[in-house]
Parts: sequence; C-alpha cells; structure tokens
Amino acid sequence: MAPIIKTEQLTHIYSKGTPFEHLALDAVDFSAERGEFLGIIGQTGSGKSTLIQHLNGLLKPDSGRVLFEGQDIWQSKVFNNSVRFKVGLVFQYPEYQLFEETVFKDISFGPKNMGLKPAEIEERVYEAADFVGLGEDILKKSPFDLSGGERRRAAIAGVIAMRPEVLILDEPTAGLDPFGRMNLMKNIRNYHEKNGATVILVTHNMEEIAREADRMIVLSDGRISLSGTPEEIFARAELLESMRLEVPDITKVFLELRRLGVNVPRSVYTIEQAKKAILNREGGSLFA
Amino acid sequence: MLKDITLGQYFPVDTPIHRLDPRVKLVLTVVFIVALFLAKWIYSYALMLAYVVVVTGLARIRPKALFKGLKPLIIIIFVTAVLNMLYTGGEPVLVIWKLRITEQGLYAAAFMVLRIMLLVCGTFLLTYTTSPIMLTDGMEALMKPLGLIKVPVHELAMMMSIALRFIPTLIEETDKIVSAQKARGADFSSGNIVRRAKALIPILVPLFVSAFRRADELAMAMECRCYHGGKGRTRLHMLSMHSRDAAAIFAGAAILAGTVVLRSYGL
Repeated sequence: MAPIIKTEQLTHIYSKGTPFEHLALDAVDFSAERGEFLGIIGQTGSGKSTLIQHLNGLLKPDSGRVLFEGQDIWQSKVFNNSVRFKVGLVFQYPEYQLFEETVFKDISFGPKNMGLKPAEIEERVYEAADFVGLGEDILKKSPFDLSGGERRRAAIAGVIAMRPEVLILDEPTAGLDPFGRMNLMKNIRNYHEKNGATVILVTHNMEEIAREADRMIVLSDGRISLSGTPEEIFARAELLESMRLEVPDITKVFLELRRLGVNVPRSVYTIEQAKKAILNREGGSLFA
Repeated sequence: MLKDITLGQYFPVDTPIHRLDPRVKLVLTVVFIVALFLAKWIYSYALMLAYVVVVTGLARIRPKALFKGLKPLIIIIFVTAVLNMLYTGGEPVLVIWKLRITEQGLYAAAFMVLRIMLLVCGTFLLTYTTSPIMLTDGMEALMKPLGLIKVPVHELAMMMSIALRFIPTLIEETDKIVSAQKARGADFSSGNIVRRAKALIPILVPLFVSAFRRADELAMAMECRCYHGGKGRTRLHMLSMHSRDAAAIFAGAAILAGTVVLRSYGL
C-alpha cells in the first residue's frame, strides 16, 4: 500500500545565512500509511515540530519533497491549500489560538475556510464537538469562559471539524490532569477508529505512545534514528537513554527485574503486558 | 542570550565596538548626529563617511547588513533627492520644459542623500552593536539627573526594557498563532483590503489575550520577588568605563571639533 504522506530527503535550515543558522532536519525520509497510528518521539530540539509543520505545507523544505498521496504538495498553490484541510495539524497548547465569540463559531472557522455550506458546517461542528466530548451548552459559551481542558478540546475540535485524513497532534495532553489526558486520548483514538484516519502523535509521554501507537519513530538531531513498533523500540532502552529519552516506567521495572536475574521478557511496555508477563511466569499465579 | 535579539538587528560579536560602554556609544551617536548636521561641504562629509566606514570595519558589520537597513528608506531618499534638485535656486545646468536643474541643486541633492544615509547608518551602528538591555541600561544611567526633577527614570527604563524584552516573544507568539490559523485554512494574502483586515482578527484576538496574560504573570513574578521600583536596587552588571571608552570619547570629541573647524572655513 502506498503511504498517504511521505517525505523524501527533507531538509530544513532555520535562519539561513545568519550567525544563527541551524540545521533542523537533515535529509529525512519519513512516511505514514493510511489508517496508521504513528508516534513520534525525540528530545526538545530534535526537529519534531519542524517535521510536522512540513507535512501540511506550513513550512517549505529547503531541499527535498513532501508527498501527499504521491503528489508533491508544493506543485501548486491550490493543491498546497487543499492539503491543509486533508492534513489537520494541532499545535502545542492549541487553546491559545481560540478567538471567536462562541465555541461553535470557533470550531466552524476551519470548515468555513473550506467553503462549505452552512448546513454542512453545522453538522461538522456538532460531530467534532461530539468527538472531543463537548456538550451543546458549551458550544454556546465564549471560549474564554471555559476551563483549560475544555478549551484544549475545543481547539482540537476546530481541526477535527475539517475531517482531516491525517490528524497530527503536537503534545496534545501536555499540561492536562491525568483524567483529562485519558479522556483526550480516548477521543483521539475514537476519531482514528471511526474515520479510519491516520494519526500522528508527537509526545514526550512514553506511556501514552506505548499504549496507542502501531509504530513509532525516534528523531534525534534532525534525523530519524530509530523506527519500528513500540516493542522493538522500547527494547533498546540504553540507546534511547543515550538520546536523553526514556522508556515507560513499567519497562524500567522489568529491565531492572531482568538485571536482578528474574526471568521476564524484555519488551514489556504497558501495564497489561506486565500483568500477563507476571502471570505467565512459571508457577507465577498472583494467588499461588 | 538568544532572547536578547530584537528585530533581528543586534548580532552578538566580540569586537572593541561591541565592548564599548553603552553610555559612551549613546553619547557618540548623538555627537555624530550633531556633527552630521554641522557638515557643510565635501570635506566634512568625507570625515563623516570615514567615521561610519571605520566604525563599521571595527565592529565587523557586513556592509550588506547596513544597506539592508537603508532599503525601507529608498523612496524617501529618492523623493528628497528629486525635490532638492528641482527647488534649489541658482545657475541652471539643464532646463526641461518648466523644470530647472541647477548646479547648486545637484550639490544640495547629493549632500541631502548622503546625510540621510549616514544618519541612518550611524544610528544603526548603535543598535547593531549594543544589545537592547545594554541600551536601556545606558539610557537609564544617562537620564539619571532627570530624577532630580521627579522624572521616574528607573520606571521608564524598566518599561522600555520589558517592552524590548517582549518583542521577540510576541513575534514568536504571532508566528505560532499565524501557523495555527493557517493550519485551519486561514488565508491572509488574498482578497481586498477589508477582507485582509478581517483576516487579521483570528491573529489579533489571541495575541492580545496572551499579551495580557503574560503581563499579569510578569507582574505577579516581579511582586513575588519583592520588586518595588528603583530605590536601593543593585545591578548584576555594573556599567564601568575602561581605557577604550576614554579613547572613544576622545575620538568623538576630535570629530566634533574637526567638523566645527571645517564648517568655520566653509568646507
């Protein structure tokens, strides 16, 4: 199957030609399949944000290409604009972009820019609000009267309302409480499953990515240094730590157990797996 | 510190000019402007030009950077040149229909253009080589005597440094908001003036909201650290004069004296 979005030798340099020149992306070959849940991790400054801003044409590559369904997104202005609607990008702290008088109007900003009819816009706003779990009473409120978590969800709904085929989220759960986090991840998974959309999730939270992602890539210094299933990636704890990244807490526990000579599998990265691994140990029933 | 860069002007390089005391640089800039307006004829303009060239060289500023600063002024410079050329009386050298171009007019135009360019370059030398923080420190120090007549010098300087400090932050913030709205299909570059002005609302509203939020947070943080104005406040970086500052003052005085003398001979 052809990837829905990919980059070829994508290179980006910030402040070109000044003393502050900085190579943010170095010949990156990235691709995401249709319907995939892809996680991106990497320490601050590794090029994650730069990469995702190329995927919907906000940044122009200094060299290399970005292809959406096999077509160069910079081939024409019209195509570039249409890609913005197909590849929805939710920035970090998206709640700071809200500006309308009501949440309803704010969510409809995207669909309106697509030139849809009022009836269609309304349908999409309700659908998007439903995805992120915002009730009808909230739609009538001013976005500035909402709580932090609600505002975050309203902002994400603003992107979902465009029904993007690829939904990219940059640390969507940063700064939320554990309950808010869980809910939001559930909403995102919901959108992924119901619409068959590709989801690309950038995060520092290893537990989140371990739970959700089918595949993940690790960026470091503007290059893709690792790519594979969470199982494959988290099995290489030392390498990750050398890149100043972590493995999920539960993986750490199991690695430590192994070091102490307990016979447990190497690639345990969710609580579920940990439970199974312990129960499956020879003679290892919890209530033995 | 990277955050000190304002309007993409100040480039931190280590040169004698960058190390000069900001107070000296401020005074020298004023001296330069006064001298420039005293300049009358080719020789004094040559002296001014030499000053700018030498300082640019010492500060290792690429001439390209200075010309870039002149770019927005091209129209003003051009209009000034044309008006001076056409409206100065004297011996006509060229008459086209009702337009008389005189010899004096040509000189006046040339000097005026040179004056504007030198004025802009000379002041850019200050902002290219002095960080905004140093600049406000220097201004505060120079304006201190005004405190005697109850001018709130420290508060003014603090306001200025806060404003300067937040320019890059707000630029960054604007970039982010613009990107976020673009990601939702906002279009800022097509349509007539009214449409374009309206397209700014999704940027301005969040920008103002965040500016007020930042102001609140900063006020809170300052209060938490017991900020209560300038009285009895000490500094991390004390301004101090060195021999190079004395040399710079001497050079400045020499240039000013030189211009005055040249002027008295009509040169």
